[in-house]
Amino acid sequence: MLKVEQLSGGYSNEPIVKNVSFQVQKGELFGILGPNGSGKTTLLKMISGILPFQSGTISIKGQSIKSFSMKELAKMMAVLSQHSSQAFSYTVKETVSLGRYAHQTGWFRSWSEEDERIVQEAMEQTGIHAFQNKSIQELSGGERQRVFLAQSLVQEPEILLLDEPTNHLDLSYQKELLDLLKQWTREKGLTVISIFHDLNLASLYCDRLLLLENGSVHTNAVPNEVVKVDKIKEVYDTDVEKHPHPSIPVPQMVLLPNFNGEENIVEIGPEFMRFSKEHISLHAPLPLRTMSSGVIGSGVGWHQTFVNRHVDKTYDCSDHRNEMHHYLKEHGFEPSPTIGMMTAVWLDDVSYKLIKGDNFSIFVIVTAGVSNAVDASKSDQHSFEMVPGTINTWIFVNGQLTEEAFIQSIMTATEAKVKVMDSEKVLDLVTGTTATGTSTDSILIAATQMGKKLEFAGTITPLGKLISQGVFECTTEAIRKSRKRLKAK
Amino acid sequence: MKNKAFAYVISAVFLVVAMLLGISIGTVHVPIFNILQIIGAEIFRFMSIDQIDPMQTNIVLNIRLPRVLLAGLVGAALAIAGAAFQGLLRNPLADPYTLGVSSGASVGAVMTLFFQLSIPFVGAFTLPLLSILSAFLTIFLVLGFARKIDKGMKVETIILTGIIFSSFLGAFISLVIALTGEELRQIIGWLLGSVSMRGWTYINIILPFFLIGSIIILANSKELNAMSFGEERAQHLGVNVQRRKMVILIAGSILTGAAVAVSGTIGFVGLVIPHLTRLLWGPDHRHLLPLSILTGSGFLILADLVSRTIISPIELPIGVITALIGAPAFGLILMKGRSRKV
Repeated sequence: MLKVEQLSGGYSNEPIVKNVSFQVQKGELFGILGPNGSGKTTLLKMISGILPFQSGTISIKGQSIKSFSMKELAKMMAVLSQHSSQAFSYTVKETVSLGRYAHQTGWFRSWSEEDERIVQEAMEQTGIHAFQNKSIQELSGGERQRVFLAQSLVQEPEILLLDEPTNHLDLSYQKELLDLLKQWTREKGLTVISIFHDLNLASLYCDRLLLLENGSVHTNAVPNEVVKVDKIKEVYDTDVEKHPHPSIPVPQMVLLPNFNGEENIVEIGPEFMRFSKEHISLHAPLPLRTMSSGVIGSGVGWHQTFVNRHVDKTYDCSDHRNEMHHYLKEHGFEPSPTIGMMTAVWLDDVSYKLIKGDNFSIFVIVTAGVSNAVDASKSDQHSFEMVPGTINTWIFVNGQLTEEAFIQSIMTATEAKVKVMDSEKVLDLVTGTTATGTSTDSILIAATQMGKKLEFAGTITPLGKLISQGVFECTTEAIRKSRKRLKAK
Repeated sequence: MKNKAFAYVISAVFLVVAMLLGISIGTVHVPIFNILQIIGAEIFRFMSIDQIDPMQTNIVLNIRLPRVLLAGLVGAALAIAGAAFQGLLRNPLADPYTLGVSSGASVGAVMTLFFQLSIPFVGAFTLPLLSILSAFLTIFLVLGFARKIDKGMKVETIILTGIIFSSFLGAFISLVIALTGEELRQIIGWLLGSVSMRGWTYINIILPFFLIGSIIILANSKELNAMSFGEERAQHLGVNVQRRKMVILIAGSILTGAAVAVSGTIGFVGLVIPHLTRLLWGPDHRHLLPLSILTGSGFLILADLVSRTIISPIELPIGVITALIGAPAFGLILMKGRSRKV
C-alpha cells in the first residue's frame, strides 16, 4: 500500500531523516518508534505531504505522492494530529463535515445525501453523535480527539496517519481509540501508521514496528523482535526488563529505576516469625519476590507478610478464597502484600530451620500432615474433593534468584518432599501405594533479591543442595510430630 | 438552516432601513415614499415624478444616494476583508489593516495632497488612483518580502511583515504631516476618513474592485473554514493551502486598498463587524461572509448618517463615529454574550 524508498530530508539543509526505507501492507497497524529527535514526526510529515523531502520516493499503491493533487491525496490519506487549533467555535458536526471537502466538486459544492450519511455514520462510530451540535471549544480533550477522528474518517481514506494520538488522553480513551483502530484495520482493511512513545502500547496493538535511531532505520520487524531489552537499551539508552503480557503473546517492557529499596542486606530467619493459636505468620522487613501456590497471593509477585492458618478438618472449602480474605483482614493483615495458606495440621507441629551456605542462606518452614496422602501416579482413582492442604512448604532464600532459579527451587523441594514420603512410608490409602504428597500441598519460594546471585537451583547446585537438605529434614520432622500427636489421641 | 434564513432576512432588512434613513435624513428631509418614487423613476423610466420638488430629486440622486451607496460599498468591502483575514490568520482580532495595505494606500493619498499632485485627464481622481496604486505596491512588497523570509509563507510571517511595513509607512506619513503647512487639514481629514462629496465617479472606482474581491473571497468560503483550523490541518483535508492563501490575501488587499483609496482609513468596521456577525450567527464562512457584507454596509451607512447629522451642519469624520459608537456597542455585546464564545 505504502512504499518508502531511500527517503532523506529535513527542515533545512541538514537532513533529519536519512535513507529510510520500509513498506506498509494494506490493513496493517504499523507503529513508528524512536527516542526524541529520531525523526519520527519529520518522517510522518513527509509521508503526509506537508514537508517536502530532498531525495528518495514515497509511493502509494505504486504511484508517487508527488503526482497526487491535494484533494486526491486527501481522499487517499487522512491525518490525525496531536493538537489542533480552535480559534473559532464551530459545532462538532460542522467540524466533522469539513472532512468531506476533498470529495466535493463543482462550483456550487452542494451537500449531498451521501455526504450527510457518511458524516452521521462517522459520528456514530466515534460516539459523538449525541453532541453533534455542541461547540468544539466546550469539549474535553478526549471528545475533541474523537471529533477529529470522525473528520478523518469521512475523508474515507485508505491510509490513516497518526502522530502520538494517545499522548494527552487518559487511559480509557487511549484504549478506546486503539481498540477502534485495530478493529477497523481488521474489518475494513484500513491501513494505519502511527507514531508511539509508549513502547507497551505499540507492542500491544501494532502488527509491525519501525524503530528509528538518529533518522535511520534501526529495526523493522514484528513487535517481538523490536521490543527487546538489548535493542531498547541501545536506542533509548535506558535499562528495561521484558515481561510477557498476561493474556496476549506480546512483549511488554518495564523500567528499571536507578533508586534502590533497602541499603542493608537482610537475612530472613526465625526471629521474624510470630505464633498465635490459629496461625503462624512471618513478617519480612521488606517485600520479598515470591512464587507460590496457596489461597491468597498465589502466582508471581512481591509480598511482605506470610500466613499459615490452621483450619479444622471439617472446614468448608467452597468459598475459601473470600473467607480467607476476610480472615486476614480481621486479623489485621492487608491482603495485597500477604500470602495466605491453610492447613488442617496443628500448628505446634511446625518444623523450621535456618541453613547457611557459602555467602547465602535459606530459611525453611514446613507444616505437614499426611491424612489425605495421594500417589500422584495413580491420582485418577481419587475423587475431586478439596481438603485444606496438609503439606505447606515455605522456603525463604536470602539471595538473588533468577526466574529459572525460582522454578528449579520448586522442583528440587518437591523431589525432596517425595523422598520424605518414601522414607516415612506414607501410604496413599485409596490405592495402597506409597504417596508422593497430599492432595492439596502448597509451596512458597520467597527471595530477598539481595546479596549473592543464585542463577540455578537444581539438585546439585549450592542452592539446590541447601533446599533439598532443608526440605527433607523439616518435612520429616513435621510429619513425625503430627503422627506422634495422632497416636497420642 | 432555518436559523440562517432568519439571519439573512434581518441583515437585509437592516441594510434597507439604513439606506432609506441615510437617504431620507439630513439638512433637507426627504420623505421615504418620495425616495422610493425617485429611485423607481430612475430605474423604470416611465414613472413620472413631477409632483416631487426637483430639489429633492437632485439631492437624492446626486448627493444622498451616491453617498449612501459609497458608504455601503466601503463598509461591505472592509467587513468582508476583515472576516477573510480573521479566518485566514486564525485570529478573531485581526483586521484588514493588519497587512499594511491601508498604510500603503494612505501614503499614496498623503503624497498627492502634500505635493498637490494632479495627473492630466484624471484630474480630481488623481488621489484615489494613486492611492490604489500605492496600495497594490504595498501588497506586492509585503507578500514578496514575506516569501523571501519564509518560503512556506506562514501566516505568522505575513503578519510580522505587515507590521514592519505599516510601522514604516505610518512613520513616513507622520513625517509628511510634520512637514506640512496648509495641507495639514486636508491630510488629517483624509486620514480620518469620509464619504462626503465624492459623487458617482468614486463609486465607479470602488465597484469593480469590490465585485472582484468579494466574489473571490466568497468562492473560498469552505477553504477559509478549513484554514481556520490551521494550515497543516487544511492541507490534510485537501486544500491547496499555498494557492488559496495567496488568492485570499490578494483579494482582501484589493478590497481594503480600494476602500481606503476612496474613503480614507475608516477604522473599526473591519474588526468589529465580522466579529459581531460571528458571535451572532456562527463561524461558518459560507454564511459569515455574505452576512458581514450586509451588516458592514448597513453599519457604515448609519455611522455616516450620524456623522453628518449629530452636530449638523458640521460633519464629523466618519472614522471617529465608527469608533465612538462602535466601541461601546461592542463592549455591551461582549458583556451580554459572555457565555457564548466567538
